[in-house]
Amino acid sequence: MSVLIYAENAGGKFKKSIFEAVSYARAIADQNNTSLTAISIGDVSADELAALGKYGAQKVLNVSGDKLKNFVNQAYASIIAEAAKKENADIVVLSNTFSGRGLAPRLGVKLEAGVADGAVALPEQNGGKFTVKKTAFSGKAFAVVELTSANKVIALVPNSYKVVETGGAAQVEDFAADTKASDFKALIKEIVRSTDKVSLPDAEIVVSAGRGLKGPENWGMVEELAQLLGAATACSKPVSDAGWRPHSEHVGQTGIAVSPNLYIAIGISGAIQHLAGISSSKVIVVINKDPEAPFFKVADYGIVGDAFEVVPKLIAAVKEYKASA
Amino acid sequence: MKILVCVSNVPDTTTKITFTDNNTQFNTNGVQFILNPYDEIALSRAIELTDGGKGTVTVINVGDVSTEATIRKALAIGATDAVRINAKPHDAWFVAYQIAQYVKENPFDLILTGRESIDYNGSKVAGMLGELLDLPSVSIIKKLDAGDSDATVEREIEGGKEILTIPYPFVAGTAEGVAEPKIPNMRGIMSARTKPLTVIEPVEVKTFSEIISYETPAPRGQVTLVPADDTAKLVELLHAEARVI
Repeated sequence: MSVLIYAENAGGKFKKSIFEAVSYARAIADQNNTSLTAISIGDVSADELAALGKYGAQKVLNVSGDKLKNFVNQAYASIIAEAAKKENADIVVLSNTFSGRGLAPRLGVKLEAGVADGAVALPEQNGGKFTVKKTAFSGKAFAVVELTSANKVIALVPNSYKVVETGGAAQVEDFAADTKASDFKALIKEIVRSTDKVSLPDAEIVVSAGRGLKGPENWGMVEELAQLLGAATACSKPVSDAGWRPHSEHVGQTGIAVSPNLYIAIGISGAIQHLAGISSSKVIVVINKDPEAPFFKVADYGIVGDAFEVVPKLIAAVKEYKASA
Repeated sequence: MKILVCVSNVPDTTTKITFTDNNTQFNTNGVQFILNPYDEIALSRAIELTDGGKGTVTVINVGDVSTEATIRKALAIGATDAVRINAKPHDAWFVAYQIAQYVKENPFDLILTGRESIDYNGSKVAGMLGELLDLPSVSIIKKLDAGDSDATVEREIEGGKEILTIPYPFVAGTAEGVAEPKIPNMRGIMSARTKPLTVIEPVEVKTFSEIISYETPAPRGQVTLVPADDTAKLVELLHAEARVI
């Protein structure tokens, strides 16, 4: 018995969501008095790999190779499943990223494991029952799922578990796993990463705007506020449907679900479908000229006022705060 | 081209979610069920790709008889025929296993699902089908262009996108951007009544997960309102009280 964490890299670096997942996996290993091994696939430096020890990984299996430099869903799943067998791991943890969501179901089948996707808390293990709390109904509720299989796969939602530093460097070992030619049928032609903006699923602060902004030409102040706060920009469904902003910014029930520390909603009324996607935000600020907007009912802080007057003033206030800090 | 679109029957997006029996059952009382919005995108793209006699679109659902209204809606939108596997969808593994058995007997060039269902949000059926059928799978695609022997898809990644070519057959989960959802017209609605809907019985399979209970998000406290001309106060509160900046 042991725990295996898949440490996904983005361009050779681990993001905070991976340190969260390693910390989470460490806590599960502690629950079971067992060891934690991490596996990394791709092109990651030895220092970066050893640093996973800081969050509680005792050993890191490093898989590299030309064909494995970029994410190949099938091949990566085969390798992680082999590593789980080698390490005698009965619990495999991933981060619930876009790639993680591709891997978890394949691993579930390979390992004959129950899969808890979208996990938001540590498992509870009582009287032989292993249960995990996960998001359900697109953020409108949570479901407590019992995994009844011997092997288990858990995908942790980013920003739902704190990074815990336990100290120590991990021992890094090269690991070679067998892959089949059929694992490499999907070919990556191009990877486009925008480096100048904070990515929405990773963001700790999100500045989001809706139809109250009246048109795409008015997004300058939203972007300025986001840039000042180191935030990602987002929008409501009508805005992306109208083509004012790309679909990748649409937050809500049929868009992306986010759980930032701070969500600032500007000119969004707060329809139930939008609220579903942001309900696990830690602090919500609403700026809307309609005091009856439903969004105020779930907000922590609110300003009733015209976005075109309030947002420039807020930008000025943030600048002043940053200058004095 | 033969395309299979896997569809699920989910509560309408405006549903207020509540539970009964000591929070162990989803309260379906008064709930309107719809074709999962992401599956609607998959279906719409499948119809575009086969338009003008270039292929067929089969929809498949694992559900009891109550899902037939949703299946008929998919036929009205333009699917060629439909299959219902007569069982409650216990979990993603159960659903994927049933569909995989069907596909083993009835092969397809392309299998589409929605990126996730809006009830349990697992994003699992596409990947599980891929693994069960030993096919490539790609979850959460934003674009799908079909060539003769392969397709080009755009997959979302954090802060960017990846463009892949994948030979048929493969499995993909579709998100917004792949197609505009089609609305059934009168002719579609009329013809849906007579299109073939085959009901087959499930095969037995062991399951690995059970939902034990549900919780609703903790209610938030009263909103603290800040005057519109005092944005400095808001910044102060976010820094000193909420500690988020």
